[in-house]
Amino acid sequence: MTADQGMGTTTMGTTTARPMLSIKNLKKVYQVTGGEIEAVRNLTFDVADGELICIVGPSGAGKTTLLKCIAGLLSPTSGSIELAGTPVSGPPKAMSVVFQEYGRSLFPWMTVQANVELPLKNQGVPKAEREKLVADALAAVELSHVPKSYPWQLSGGMQQRVAIARAVAYRPKVLLMDEPFAAVDAQTRADLEDLIRDIWHKLGVTILFITHDIDESVYLGQRVIMLSNSPTVVQDDLRIDLPDERDQLETRSSKRFAELRTHVYEQIQLAKASKPTGVVATQKAAKR
Amino acid sequence: MSIVKRVAYFVGLPILLVLIWWILTLGPKNFFVPTPGELGQTFFEVWAGPRFVTDFIPSVIRLIIGLIATIVLGIVLGVLIGSFRWLRSLTEPLLEFFRAIPPPVLVPLFLLLIGPTDQMRIAVIVSGAIWPVLLNTVEGVRAVDEVLVNTSRTYRIDGFARLRHLVLPAASPQIMAGVRQSLSIGLILMVISEMFGGSSGLGFTIVLYQRSFAIPEMWSGIIVLGLIGIALSMISKAAEGMVLRWYRGLKEVQRDS
Amino acid sequence: MPSRKVTGPVLGITGILLFLLAWELTPRLGIVQERFLPPASTVLKTLVDYLGQPAFWGDVGETMLAWTIGLGVSVVSAVILGLLIGSSSFLSKATYTTIEFLRPIPSVALIPLAVLLLGVKIESSLLLIIYASFWQVLLQVLYGVADVDPVADNTARSYGLGLFARARYVVWPTVLPYLMTGIRLASAVALILAITAELVIGSPGLGYQIALTQSGGAVPEMYALIVATGVIGIIINLVMRFLERKLLSWHSSIRSEVVA
Repeated sequence: MTADQGMGTTTMGTTTARPMLSIKNLKKVYQVTGGEIEAVRNLTFDVADGELICIVGPSGAGKTTLLKCIAGLLSPTSGSIELAGTPVSGPPKAMSVVFQEYGRSLFPWMTVQANVELPLKNQGVPKAEREKLVADALAAVELSHVPKSYPWQLSGGMQQRVAIARAVAYRPKVLLMDEPFAAVDAQTRADLEDLIRDIWHKLGVTILFITHDIDESVYLGQRVIMLSNSPTVVQDDLRIDLPDERDQLETRSSKRFAELRTHVYEQIQLAKASKPTGVVATQKAAKR
Repeated sequence: MSIVKRVAYFVGLPILLVLIWWILTLGPKNFFVPTPGELGQTFFEVWAGPRFVTDFIPSVIRLIIGLIATIVLGIVLGVLIGSFRWLRSLTEPLLEFFRAIPPPVLVPLFLLLIGPTDQMRIAVIVSGAIWPVLLNTVEGVRAVDEVLVNTSRTYRIDGFARLRHLVLPAASPQIMAGVRQSLSIGLILMVISEMFGGSSGLGFTIVLYQRSFAIPEMWSGIIVLGLIGIALSMISKAAEGMVLRWYRGLKEVQRDS
Repeated sequence: MPSRKVTGPVLGITGILLFLLAWELTPRLGIVQERFLPPASTVLKTLVDYLGQPAFWGDVGETMLAWTIGLGVSVVSAVILGLLIGSSSFLSKATYTTIEFLRPIPSVALIPLAVLLLGVKIESSLLLIIYASFWQVLLQVLYGVADVDPVADNTARSYGLGLFARARYVVWPTVLPYLMTGIRLASAVALILAITAELVIGSPGLGYQIALTQSGGAVPEMYALIVATGVIGIIINLVMRFLERKLLSWHSSIRSEVVA
């Protein structure tokens, strides 16, 4: 029932190893006409090797900004991001990203197979190894039967699976997922959630899963980090002590699930209540 | 639709028109319009003869070289300009102005600068036909989907690979539209550059026939030009069909949803 | 932190100025001989001089006269034929091959014919202009008619709307945007063909003047006239886009009513 502060605590009782992902005092300020917008004020948390953590927050909480900074697509205004000890200054080699807009993240002029293969080809992975990785990845997402199809011939859920297969075939150390299931129907979403946990178990990859769906975050994660409204800070960091074997029906109807879920929900309500202060705050400060 | 019906629609009106033409020329010999038979005969006499080598081939070669140069230059420059926003802003008004100049006026200009040579004809073709390709390429490169760009960045697909796998395919619908337009402009410029201050070639020959009142020969030349125009149109359609197969499929799916 | 002060329009003007500078310096520094490429200032001065000469405006008038008549005739005929062909499945199928066959024929091929039949007069220009512009508009009208929502059409029919009423309330609003695109494309083509006809055939107008200046070796004058044609092209383009916006912003509300 208690919520751990995530900073620096050990996970699963092991000795403190170097965290896979270390975010310290991340701050991002956007320059716009008329002033500045402080999207992210201070985000500090660690992600251990092999952990599956979920990040939730109200809309406008800077979740996408956070993800883009971690992915190296955006430079933070200040603070640091380290992947396995190395600072992130551009898109890191050991990281892959699954975006929400699956329809727009797959190359429509390439087949499914070519899409999954492209990052590997780009890295110079030899052909035989490539083919095996691609085949394994497609099998993991249960799409072995459509390698020669084009993405636009597939349903939304299948397209997202292709994006996941591509991310997984790449054998990253860290997998970032930006609200990947927000745009699919509930049934498909449930299947995809189980798929992610499955892949996570098989590959042992570290996963950072961003979502606005509270239930999903509790169902999926070992840990849920709750963000405040912008300018964003870490509102709370909760250990999910549900059993490792999770089931859509049983787990979601368990008492513990409800308790954890309520906790997260309350925190998010608190976060929503604190209004976004961004530009107004800066202007007020300037007037002083 | 049955095969018979399909064929009927295909050739019906053309045959009807040829029939009308034949009937109208059945009377006393019209100076301006030869009979179908006359024209057919003249056509082969002129163009299956020495003129094929002295005029047809050189014209077509000039056209092809001009078009290839146009497409390559247009795409290369277009990718360059489209990839850097500052470069685009810098050059955009200039490019819009150059595009607005009616291409035929370049003929006297280049005639002056270069003289009545083959290089001049090719330069004319390129400087007139490049604008649709260039401007469309710039637009296509600029408008690549942001999510695709971010995806490519996260997988560290940069440089030449990025050009080959992301930028060019994404811009290809726009580029092909530009190429299609440039083909017809190129043909027009080739003809004009030969009619105006030329000494050989299709355009020159047709004008020669007209000036010497060799009417059936003149008509045969017009038909040759028409056939070239049609051939270019078919080639560009075929090329588009190949390059943009994925795009057609995508659009169909989007339309149905 | 330096903010983005240099915006688009500023860069655009800078580009133009850089170009003019290069144009000015290239002949003056001897990179290209002045008799082939007069400096920008000379050309612009010549152009300004032209603007004060009635003969110049006479030529502009001739070109624009041919342009206007040619465009007008081709638009009217293309709209009529396009609506007719487009609304009849039989005609659409029967004319398909003929249209696809005639359309790619470059109108310049008709130049000798024009000279023969019509001589060195504005009628020759008109023949070329109309032939080329017609196809642009026709194609767009055909696309427009093909785009008419069959549901809206059937609904109108079931309410007893006759042919003309349907044409006015269902077909026309759908076709109009396509027609505007066609007219915009045709207006550019018409200018090109007008100049071409004047250049090659010698019918009166700016194109003919350009040919004269070239053969007479009046080089700055030739450049000045070329710039003038470019300016005319831009003006036509801007006017057409303005008209398109005006007409269509008024119309799109009507369109949404019809389809809904």
